Parts: sequence; C-alpha cells; structure tokens
Amino acid sequence: MIEVRDLNKVFGGQSVLRGVSFRIENGESVAIIGRSGSGKSVLLKHLIGLLQPDSGAVLIDGENIVAMDERQLLRVRRKFGMVFQSAALFDSMTVAENVAFGLRRHEHLTEGEIARRVAGALEMVDLAGTQLKNPAELSGGMRKRAGLARAIVYEPQIVLYDEPTTGLDPIVSDSIDRLMMRVRDQLKVTTVVVTHDMRTARQVGQRVMMLHDKRIYANATPAEIFASTDPVVRQFIDGVADAKESFDFSHG
Amino acid sequence: MFNPLANRRVVAALAEFGQIALLARDVTASLLKRRVSVRDLLYQIFFIGIKSQSVVLITGAFTGMVLGTQTYMQFHKVKMDTATLAVVGVSMCSELGPVLTALMVAGRVGAAIAAEIGTMRVTEQIDALRTLATHPVDYLVLPRLIAAHIALPILTLESIIVGILASYFVGVNVLGIEPAYLWENMLKYTHQVDLVIGLIKAFVYGGIIALIGCYKGLTCGLGAEGVGRACTEAVVYSSISILIANFFLTLVMGRLVGLL
Repeated sequence: MIEVRDLNKVFGGQSVLRGVSFRIENGESVAIIGRSGSGKSVLLKHLIGLLQPDSGAVLIDGENIVAMDERQLLRVRRKFGMVFQSAALFDSMTVAENVAFGLRRHEHLTEGEIARRVAGALEMVDLAGTQLKNPAELSGGMRKRAGLARAIVYEPQIVLYDEPTTGLDPIVSDSIDRLMMRVRDQLKVTTVVVTHDMRTARQVGQRVMMLHDKRIYANATPAEIFASTDPVVRQFIDGVADAKESFDFSHG
Repeated sequence: MFNPLANRRVVAALAEFGQIALLARDVTASLLKRRVSVRDLLYQIFFIGIKSQSVVLITGAFTGMVLGTQTYMQFHKVKMDTATLAVVGVSMCSELGPVLTALMVAGRVGAAIAAEIGTMRVTEQIDALRTLATHPVDYLVLPRLIAAHIALPILTLESIIVGILASYFVGVNVLGIEPAYLWENMLKYTHQVDLVIGLIKAFVYGGIIALIGCYKGLTCGLGAEGVGRACTEAVVYSSISILIANFFLTLVMGRLVGLL
C-alpha cells in the first residue's frame, strides 16, 4: 500500500507540490493526470524515493521512506519496478543485459535461469528474440517495452510508469496501454501511471487523480472524471487552451 | 574587506571539496562491505589500464629521451656524461614517471569517466539504477576507483622503464656515451626507494583521477553543456590536484625516508 501525507516540495524557491495526500491500495491501478509541468513526474519520483520532499511523508506498506537514507531505500525499492519516460535503458548493454540487470545483482540464479526469466519477460512485452540488440537499434515503442520488461522481470509488487506513451504514435500508444493492462492483470501488481494521455488514463486507471495547482484537484473513477462538469477538469479533458495561452501561442 | 564574488567562489570550492570527501567516505564504506562486482572491475582495469598503454608509453619514452638529452648537454660541459642516465633514472622514478603518467591518464580517463557517468545522469540511467535497488557508488564509483588504484602504478612502472630505456638508447646511439658506465651509474644512484615513492604517488593519483571524474559525472548539470563542462572540470581539477598532491607527497615521503 502507498500512502502520501501532506507532501510539500519546493524547487529553487518555487513550490511544485503543496499538501499532497492520497492513498493507493494493493493491486489498485491509478492514473495521475495533469498538465505538463504540474509536478506529476516529481510526485511519482517521491513514491520511490528518487526525490525527497521538503516536508510530509511517503509510506510504503506502512514504512515512511522519507526518513530513510539511500542505502535503506534500496531495500524498499526491491518492491518497485519503474518505467521511465525516456525508457532509460543502459546504452552500454544489450537488451538482455538490461533486463537481467536486477536479477544478476540481487538474486543468486544460474545463467540458464536468468536467460529463461529474461526470455519470459521479453515475451510478455512482445519483444521475443531481441535479446542481443542494443538499445540504439530499437524504436521508441520497443525501448518502452524493453524498459517495462526490465521493471517486471523480478516480479515487483508495484510498477510505476512515467509518461509511458509520450512521443509514440496512437497505435503504438494503444499497444503500450494494452501491455500495461496485461502486466496489471497477470502479475496482480499495484500500478501508478503518470500521463497526460487521456486514453491511457481511461484504459489503465481504475482510479484517476488530477494534479492541479500543486495539489490533488480531483480523485475519482475514470467514468466520474470524464463526466465531470468542473471547468478545470473539463478544460484538461477536452484539451482546450485558455485565451491567454492562445494569445501567447499566436505570438510565438 | 574581501570581494564578495571571491568569497562565494571560496565557499563553493570548499563545499565541493567536502562533497568529494563525502563521496570518498561512501566509496570506502562500499569497499569495506565488498560490494564490487569482479566482472565490472575487470572491465574497468581493461578500460583504464590496457587502453591507456599507448599514450603512457609514448609519453614515458619521449620524456626520458628529452630529459636525457638536456642532462647530457649540461653534464658534458663538466665531463660527467656517464651520470646522465642516473639523473634520468631518479627523475623518472620519483617525479616525472608518476606525474606525467597521471596527467595523461587524467586527460584520457578522467574525461571519459565524467562523460559516461554524466550522460547516464542526464538520460535518467542513474535514476534507473537506483530504482533497480543498486547504489550508484557501488556500481559506478567503486569499480573505477579500485581499477584506477591498480592501473596507475602499473602504467607508471611501464612509463619509467620505457623512459629509462629510451634515454639509454639515445645516450648510447645518438649522443655517443659509454654504455657500460652509463648503465652502471644509473643502477648505482637510482635506489629502490625512488621507485617505491613513485609507485605510492601513482596509487594516490589513480584515486584522485577516478574520484574527481566520478564526482563530476554524478553531479553534472543537465544537457550536453552540463556533460561537456563536467568533462573539462574533471580534467582540470584532477590535473591541479595531482600537481598539488605531488608537492605534499614529495615532502612527506622525503622526510619519511630521511632524504630532506
């Protein structure tokens, strides 16, 4: 279970998160939506301890990770898999070495067992047979899939996705959405997806939280969010720029 | 009384020195708990040691030849031609071998370490490491530090040997010095302690190069400019630190062996 209590974060004198609180139950799938620069990725990185808040608490299965140092956090992070916006594959390694990284460092397995687990993870993300390719040889969608295989190969309890469909065409985005649902349903993992893609939020999230004005502005089921008449939520869902932004845009 | 800009620079430099000291503490703790992977260590020894051979050997050879020629030109005036290689031997072992090898490796390896780790930082690969429950110090810093500590003394030894042999070759074949006395005087006046001092210095310089390269990579700014600056600073800071450390090491070890 993930619980965030009164989280505050300031970067260079500018507040990014102010009093953010929520709770995500085990096995739940939550989409965090919000405009670019609203602090979604910052919030996600707090959940796994990549960033430390100025105040507040992040509890993972009841343990407050804010009080932990980097070495203590390593133990908690074994519960997590994370897929980055840029995929963040290790470019000096092949796809197989990337996927096997966590297994090699933390589990005492034979090479045969590692190869079997890697092949299984790659098959699950529809990348079977790409073990010997380098990350530079993969397309954007394939990199995201390889990043997902690396995140799930050691069977974590929680998978975090940072903008998983950003920069991908609608067809590849849809395949990534289906993949996230497959991972969620087959591995029974807790899923947290940060996205500004409304289709991803609707398909993957059992609950949608909207981050706006440095706080959780809305927290409801996808059906409720998409039916909302709140002007802020409505504007984001419909993708309508306000007058000031239209003016700024037209003047470059 | 003091220039505020200068004050800020001094404070920033001291803060950076403190951060490097904290990194040294972390990597020592990591070393004591034996968190290094043998496979990563061997790769780094290959990268830092084997791949630096050519640059170090060329530097050593030409330094030895130039030093031998210059020394001969002065000694020839007082009929001390055969003492030429003794000067080269002592200088190469205790000063020029370790310092020039370290400066060349700082340029090649220090920049490469900062660039590789810096690029990993700006492309979120270091964050990915952390999410895979791997401490960047264990995986990135420790193998490079141990490899540099091992490689630098070996490279320095090679540089010393090649420098002395190259100087001997020039002395005998170009300058026409009597070979038997040249070699004999070198052995007579170059002591084991000179070589030991040089190798201890090389061990220390290896740590300086790896630690500063890793620190600059881990803390580099965002984007291509940040990585470029990290590389430049890694080379400049390592080179200056080596030259400063050389003075203090010479002083301390000189006192220890009773030469001063």
